[in-house]
Amino acid sequence: MYNKTIAELAKSLRSGEFSSVDLTLAFLDRIKQHHSLNTYITVTEEQALQSAKAADLRLATGKAELLTGIPMAQKDIFCTEGIKTSCGSKMLDNFIAPYNATVVDKFNSAGAVMLGKLNMDEFAMGSSNETSYYGAVKNPWDTNTVPGGSSGGSAAAVAARLAACATGTDTGGSIRQPAALCGITGLKPTYGRVSRYGMIAYASSLDQGGPMTRNAEDAAIMLQTMAGFDNKDSTSVDLPVPDYRAGLSNSLEGLKIGLPKEFFGEGLNSDVAATLEAAINEYRKLGATVTEVSMPSLKLAIPAYYVIAPAECSANLSRFDGVRFGYRCENPADLTDLYTRSRGEGFGKEVKRRILMGTYALSAGYYDAYYIKAQKIRRLISEDFKKALSEVDVMMGPVTPSTAFGIGEKIDNPIEMYLSDIYTIAINLAGVPAMSVPAGFSEGKPVGLQIIGNYFAEDKLLNIAHQYQQVTDWHTQIPKGFE
Amino acid sequence: MSLTVSEVKDCAHLARLGIEERDVGSYAKDLSGMLDLMTQMNDLDTDGVEPMAHPMDQVQRLRADVVTEQVDREKFQAIAPQVEAGLYLVPKVIE
Repeated sequence: MYNKTIAELAKSLRSGEFSSVDLTLAFLDRIKQHHSLNTYITVTEEQALQSAKAADLRLATGKAELLTGIPMAQKDIFCTEGIKTSCGSKMLDNFIAPYNATVVDKFNSAGAVMLGKLNMDEFAMGSSNETSYYGAVKNPWDTNTVPGGSSGGSAAAVAARLAACATGTDTGGSIRQPAALCGITGLKPTYGRVSRYGMIAYASSLDQGGPMTRNAEDAAIMLQTMAGFDNKDSTSVDLPVPDYRAGLSNSLEGLKIGLPKEFFGEGLNSDVAATLEAAINEYRKLGATVTEVSMPSLKLAIPAYYVIAPAECSANLSRFDGVRFGYRCENPADLTDLYTRSRGEGFGKEVKRRILMGTYALSAGYYDAYYIKAQKIRRLISEDFKKALSEVDVMMGPVTPSTAFGIGEKIDNPIEMYLSDIYTIAINLAGVPAMSVPAGFSEGKPVGLQIIGNYFAEDKLLNIAHQYQQVTDWHTQIPKGFE
Repeated sequence: MSLTVSEVKDCAHLARLGIEERDVGSYAKDLSGMLDLMTQMNDLDTDGVEPMAHPMDQVQRLRADVVTEQVDREKFQAIAPQVEAGLYLVPKVIE
């Protein structure tokens, strides 16, 4: 039963094939069985069974929603009232959130069953899930490789069938990159589409939550629940939420696809490139036309991102001071010692690196040269997107330059790790939505196809992904040992 | 471009971030690598370009000045490292 999609599970729960309690027990059992993947930081067994019982009652009344009774899991960046919310950090290892994130409230109202909280890179800073205080997550396709990051626990859990679906967050690729490396479907919505309230902040002008699922239809179901205006998030966008499933079956006849030539140049693994070419050919068969587009400022996305994101992170993470919540050092000598040691002992190396970088970029004398310069480049990148997306309906390209790399392979070389984000971060700078869709394998490891759309065109992206999944079966493949 | 050990220490001080003496060198090396990456930004002429702070160029939304939330001091202080009589405790600041 754990191999079914949300849509299939919803049917089975209604036909009485099995109950939500049966289903929840099956997932809890699998989580224990595959504990070594290290996907969960906290398993909320008791609460899950309570929610499952409540869901079964609700299903019996006929007032259930599609997600009612569906066992899912939250990335441990979303605050969950009364439940540890660690953000993958020693700093918050003792943090029991006093309130729910809006996203969590929404899943609760839909009657979804939360199995637990998923592992992630510390404060969402990382591309391999190796910066987590709780240790690396293993990729179910090859347990010697990383699942990607920062939503690595989410991607690995969905791929290994340890949850029917999961939430993720994406600041520079943290939904799409792990989705690609684990062979699942991930969607980063338009900035402002999903509430950030109660989602622990890394870089506030880039962070966006989204669904991580088996297929596009499930992503549509999840996004339906996640999206929408929230008064509690000052950058939430007040626009109506369309019915994301309504357009899934639309024909792609006449769809104009743009391939940014900068996405297919040097640095892209040739096997990955060939896999993507085959995927794009499928779209040609579905009636799409393909043209080349150009994004001239794209090459500066990485430098601009690694100024802007650390700058925002250094400000956001100043709240962790050892006074009101979170980690506090032993026997502080004075207030400065309390701040300095609590932060020094509570944060890991990658977080410290980014706080230092951000502090430098924002300090007197460097502000204009780095921060303002990066914001100007952000404008140019965003204009590149607007121009390209006025010529074509969507753009397609790789998510990552290569497939999953080995655990330990890049962790000591931060710059090399940053460079692997080349195809994802520009999307966050512009704020447009993008998806990663399973498009094949290279030496047994999943390859993701990235589909990039215009602002608030999530319905279009889901339609395009869904149509591809009707004629391919990459998204239904299961890693060996997890059938 | 490279960042000196003393510049790293200055930033750590500004951020009130403790770093081990033995790690300062490796931070200096990593941050210098990041700065090298960032100097690539100078290749692009951005004169006259308006800085973009936010993807939607949004402004802060205003709301009516009404009470929407009550502070639940007990609940919030239940997770604090040290409290007494409803106050957060820190080491003595004024002698």
